[in-house]
Amino acid sequence: MAKMILEGNQALAVGAKLCRPKVIASYPITPSTHIPEMLSEFVANGELDADFINVESEHSAISACIGAQATGVRTFTATASQGLALMHEILYVASGMRLPIVMGVANRSLSAPINIWCDHSDTMAERDSGWMQFYSENNQEALDLVIQAYRIAEDERVLLPAMVTIDAYTLTHTFEPVDVPSQKEVDEFLPPYKPVYAILDPERPITQGSFGTPEYFMEFKYSQQKAMERAKEVIDEVFREFEEKFGRKYGKIEPYRTEGADVILVTLGSMSGTGKEVVDQLREEGAKVGLIKVTVFRPFPAEELREAVRRAKVVAVIDRDISLGFSGAVFANVSASLINEEKRPLLANFIVGLGGRDVRPEDFREIVDKSFRILEAGRVEKPVEWINVSGEVP
Amino acid sequence: MEEVRFHGRGGQGAVTAANILATAAFKEGKYVQSFPMFGTERRGAPVAAFVRMSDKPIRVRFQVYEPDIVVVLDPGLLEAVDVGAGLRKDGGILINTEESPEEFSFGEVRVATVDATKIALEHGLGSKAAPIVNTAILGAYAKVSEELNIGKVSLASIVEAVREGAPAKKEENVAATKEAYGRVVL
Repeated sequence: MAKMILEGNQALAVGAKLCRPKVIASYPITPSTHIPEMLSEFVANGELDADFINVESEHSAISACIGAQATGVRTFTATASQGLALMHEILYVASGMRLPIVMGVANRSLSAPINIWCDHSDTMAERDSGWMQFYSENNQEALDLVIQAYRIAEDERVLLPAMVTIDAYTLTHTFEPVDVPSQKEVDEFLPPYKPVYAILDPERPITQGSFGTPEYFMEFKYSQQKAMERAKEVIDEVFREFEEKFGRKYGKIEPYRTEGADVILVTLGSMSGTGKEVVDQLREEGAKVGLIKVTVFRPFPAEELREAVRRAKVVAVIDRDISLGFSGAVFANVSASLINEEKRPLLANFIVGLGGRDVRPEDFREIVDKSFRILEAGRVEKPVEWINVSGEVP
Repeated sequence: MEEVRFHGRGGQGAVTAANILATAAFKEGKYVQSFPMFGTERRGAPVAAFVRMSDKPIRVRFQVYEPDIVVVLDPGLLEAVDVGAGLRKDGGILINTEESPEEFSFGEVRVATVDATKIALEHGLGSKAAPIVNTAILGAYAKVSEELNIGKVSLASIVEAVREGAPAKKEENVAATKEAYGRVVL
């Protein structure tokens, strides 16, 4: 294990390299470009034995990964924003074909207006695509989650693709110390890829990506759903094993100072660190507030979440995305998870940080203030509220 | 936790300077974070870069609004950018200029100056039109942080980080760093 100072993009690239993918296909897009840049360098200088395929678009990048993975090798790609949107139709092909591809995503807003900064709209728009989603709080998590994502995705009980995300700039371009495990340690944790199904296996020839008539189609979707459900258990197993080997603990959700908390904030990604700092300050001031970070968004950890908020009075879900016409995506999922509970907390949604608007400590304080006011009033007047926004544009 | 903000122009190496400073502080056992102003960088346009250093792990992920030390790589920026914005009263500002500190006023904030451009050119770093001043200014930073006892990083650690981080002309960069340390006016 060596401590290195890496930016988020580099942490993702180094994590991917340690997993020894055989094929990498990627198209550059801000702010994820450094990922394929670094990986192509590893391939060029002989540090990584892989084919790096230069493609003409993200649509082709994911298609090349599908083709390669179907022949029976481990693959990797990375993208962001419009690039992920361009992959959209092919993402469903990857998951439908049950190919455990792992992809790094730099979370960036979607146009228009054109904007290269952070929010979670790009990956939230793909939440129904059959890909598992892991959100990183920092660069260490980015590296660790890539390694764990391969183990989970390739597990015979799962066989689903996975995205590991890092927030644009706040992680992609931020340098900080990262523990980089040795190749030997990662090899012990992640054995060489043994495909369960591969089209180039002459012993067991199969057809992939074929026609699915109404007689069969639903069974395929049902199987994907069952795989997502089984993934929850596999994720726990892999997280446990990772902790034993590397000493860093992961959970599908990470509750922070939630014991005895009246108000619990729910966060995703890099804002969680700022949120924890504010929780510490507020606890010192006597406010009973805690935080839950959602690391795994697909499959959605509804059971753990229900348990973690059982004693809370108000749950404030902070979304860095908006499903226009309704609410943030995380809020919708958290609310649905609690719907059949006899006793459930009041639920409020706060929209923050779209298109790179900074998510500051005072934003968290404002959200906590509003949450305590909801607690006093005993009801939620405005279920979806935008923070640090000046109003409509003319 | 201590926070530093660098102001430069695209291509001058402000982002590299921030990374080298963070690496140097890391070598001294600090937790560090360094990042550019979250924006699109163009050659010549004003840019900023930030460093956080702390004895404890750094969890926060927002921009630096109240820096302890500000470093200005290009004196021409003083008219274009509010380089003193949010600067802490007990902090300091280090400016690359041939003028002396008395020529500047930032309220109670201590001002230090160094002619990093001249030092860089003397060591063959960049051209007259585009001098590369980031390694020289880091030597000056070591001195300023020592004098003010804020955001302290030793010259030895900075030199080590410059040697590792300079993409070319390593020894010339190291020499410029060391020389600037001795030529700061405070």
